[in-house]
Amino acid sequence: MARAVTPRRKALNTLIAWAIGLMIFFPILWTILTSFKSEAQAINDPPLFLFFDWTIENYGVVQDRSDYMRYLWNSVIIAGGSTLLGVVVAVPAAWSMAFVPSKRTKDILLWMLSTKMLPAVGVLYPIYLLFIELGLLDTRTGLVIVLMLINLPIIVWMLYTYFKEIPVDILEAARMDGATLRGEILHVLMPMAVPGIASTILLSLILAWNEAFWTLNLTAAKAGPLTAFIASYSSPEGLFFAKLSAASTMAIAPILILGWFSQKQLVRGLTFGAVK
Amino acid sequence: MATRHSRSAARIMMAPAVILLLGWMLVPLTMTLWFSFRKFLPLRGGDLGWAGFENYVRFVSSSSFWPSVQATLMIVGGVLVVTVILGVLLALLLDQPMWGQGMVRVLVIAPFFVMPTVSALVWKNMFMDPVNGVLAHLWKFFGATPVEWLSQASLQSIILIVSWQWLPFATLILLTAVQSLDREQLEAAEMDGAPSLKRFWFIILPHLSRAITVVILIQTIFLLSIFAEIFVTTQGSFGTKTLTYLIFQRVLESQNVGLGSAGGIYAIILANIVALFLMRIVGRSLDA
Amino acid sequence: MGRIVLDQVSKSFGDVEVIPPLELLIEDGEFAVFVGPSGCGKSTLLRLIAGLEDVTGGKIEIDGQEMTSVPPAKRGLAMVFQSYALYPHMSVRKNIAFPLRMAGLDKEEQQRRVAHAASVLNLSDYLERRPGQLSGGQRQRVAIGRAIVREPAAFLFDEPLSNLDAALRVGMRLEISELHERLGTTMIYVTHDQVEAMTMADKIVVLNAGNIEQVGSPLELYREPRNLFVAGFIGSPRMNLIEGKEAARHDAHAIGIRPEHIAVSGSEGNWSGVVGVSEHLGSDTFFHVHDTGVAETITVRADGEVGFRHGDRVYLAPRQDAIHRFDAKGLRI
Repeated sequence: MARAVTPRRKALNTLIAWAIGLMIFFPILWTILTSFKSEAQAINDPPLFLFFDWTIENYGVVQDRSDYMRYLWNSVIIAGGSTLLGVVVAVPAAWSMAFVPSKRTKDILLWMLSTKMLPAVGVLYPIYLLFIELGLLDTRTGLVIVLMLINLPIIVWMLYTYFKEIPVDILEAARMDGATLRGEILHVLMPMAVPGIASTILLSLILAWNEAFWTLNLTAAKAGPLTAFIASYSSPEGLFFAKLSAASTMAIAPILILGWFSQKQLVRGLTFGAVK
Repeated sequence: MATRHSRSAARIMMAPAVILLLGWMLVPLTMTLWFSFRKFLPLRGGDLGWAGFENYVRFVSSSSFWPSVQATLMIVGGVLVVTVILGVLLALLLDQPMWGQGMVRVLVIAPFFVMPTVSALVWKNMFMDPVNGVLAHLWKFFGATPVEWLSQASLQSIILIVSWQWLPFATLILLTAVQSLDREQLEAAEMDGAPSLKRFWFIILPHLSRAITVVILIQTIFLLSIFAEIFVTTQGSFGTKTLTYLIFQRVLESQNVGLGSAGGIYAIILANIVALFLMRIVGRSLDA
Repeated sequence: MGRIVLDQVSKSFGDVEVIPPLELLIEDGEFAVFVGPSGCGKSTLLRLIAGLEDVTGGKIEIDGQEMTSVPPAKRGLAMVFQSYALYPHMSVRKNIAFPLRMAGLDKEEQQRRVAHAASVLNLSDYLERRPGQLSGGQRQRVAIGRAIVREPAAFLFDEPLSNLDAALRVGMRLEISELHERLGTTMIYVTHDQVEAMTMADKIVVLNAGNIEQVGSPLELYREPRNLFVAGFIGSPRMNLIEGKEAARHDAHAIGIRPEHIAVSGSEGNWSGVVGVSEHLGSDTFFHVHDTGVAETITVRADGEVGFRHGDRVYLAPRQDAIHRFDAKGLRI
């Protein structure tokens, strides 16, 4: 909705908005910049902004000392695996709710969401115990399962809202054309819902990547993802700013980029469609 | 509009999701409930029998309980106030015509994608460090004595960190709501001679009320269980021990599972009260 | 091949009975049209035959086989939807080939049949386009193409022309009729437009509130409407329905006379009235005559050249042998 404004007003808006935007972004920018400094320059007084000796040695050191790649790999497996599994379970459920609604559909959806609101700490010990019992403690499999369960309500919900926009006529046409249920979902529904499925996957990846309660409490050295990798810098390595920055940059970069791409679609998933 | 075939197919296809979530909810919940009535110390004798409501009473009467409730409320309340007010202002600003709107939005949203452990560490060390932190330099630049943020102003520091993470969320949702505002209504008010402050108060704010409610409720649910931000900064010291953190300490650090479980039940009840309100709002949007 | 029998078929949604038990026979090769006002249950009836809805009671037999609880995919029927329901992510070629792919036909056979259907429907130049790049009429043809490649026992059309503009509608009407002539396959066609029903059908099924009011050929329905509802629904403009004293003179509760069965002149006739609106179609002119004393308005068809004007007094002479008589229940006497 373009409204006519004077160029002066627009310039002023631009100036204020960019100033605030940069301020909010500054901690991230500062982290990225610091990751390219030497340790000495990182704590230089006054702080150096752009004019320092750029170096990438911190990244090498972090990789050598903390085995970044292993944590990264764990993060990829855990976030990717839980998302994939979640989508596989959620697509049929969302199909049911969107296209064969019953009186209970709404209740089931709300109940699913309500499981998301169970405070994790309330069930920490039981899960911990079950994990020991089942040999899942400090395994990627265990985390894949837990994070899948945590994100499942959101995945179902998002897919449901996207599926509901697809006219039921087209699925019925597929049925008339001799498609089985599997064919209907695989060849007609899913290709048509590709944008929705993609943003659902993105959101789930982001949430799983950043999850920091279960990943910290259910892993140790073996299966720890990047959240745990970073937590290990809490002290005393945290005092080495450049290395901390390099490690932080490496931990957030993949998801930051993913998130920027999908920001528009995220609103819907995050509000459960309650704000249009 | 469906046949018996599709209805039975629907039930089968819904079953995995429902069963998984039902299990995920009921099994640990039942166990927590069970433990909360037991004297259960895994490292000091294990399950020592029935305890009745002793754990519930002890949890509430412990000297850390009320401070933890207070810290929780302060953090949740503080973050809500900061994010909602700034979020509304930022949403209104971002809705204005400007150059590079998309880019600014990307900048503003970025913190949301930073994992909590990273943001807590970066803030703790690189910004709030009393010697080398950016804020310390800033204070010195203006001739003030640097603050020892995480010990002298611990709650405010946590609120700052968490607000920084959640401001993008509030802004994003409020911006969506602002953009759905009927321009003609605003223009009509302008024609009627309403000054901009009045327009904000009588038209924009009521329009945003639903979005604000959603922001408050969703954030509350997540904020009640913030963990990593405290885990990597203060570890619960300096008055930042929230209910969540207290329970975590009871269970994992002092290994008093019975006591922690009773605390967990309290937390679940608290979250459910909030959830109930959220569900009613979301449920209404389902009917629309 | 495509003989369809409905035996005591009924449908309820919850407590609401939308179709009370009904009997219907559609012969092989017949073009049957379900017609009725919106909400009369005609689409629901079609969906029951298609298998997209379950019947609440009764049996459906297609081609001699009991199909009541067979899923739609296995009934051997093809359907053309009001919205066309094309797969937007597939090219025209893939859309048409989809039923064949689902049936597991080999690639060559698929190509052969798609090419044939495309040439029949003048779609050969559009095979690589997406549905979004086609006009309404072309989409309609793709939907029909998708139906004919299956070589179904019967075609089901659910108001297929209602999204097209008037000119295109007439053209497509002809095309579908020609297709029926050529294929000789049973077709069931749902519409609310009685002109479509009259021009296309071998057999018209008039539905009202879920009930079958009358089944018959277009001319049977035109000549001998079984009741007031059919009398009023079939024919354009509508039959004039007259109650009261004038009807009593014919020993009926109500009488009906079609506009084309009333002669109009400036001098003589049983009724007289004042011309209100007149609609000049060129070939014909329709006068709406007021103040006749028998009914509020009487519509009359006259030759296109007849030139009465608004306010003229005219005399009307109904053809006595073309008067339809109905009793108090609305049934034909």
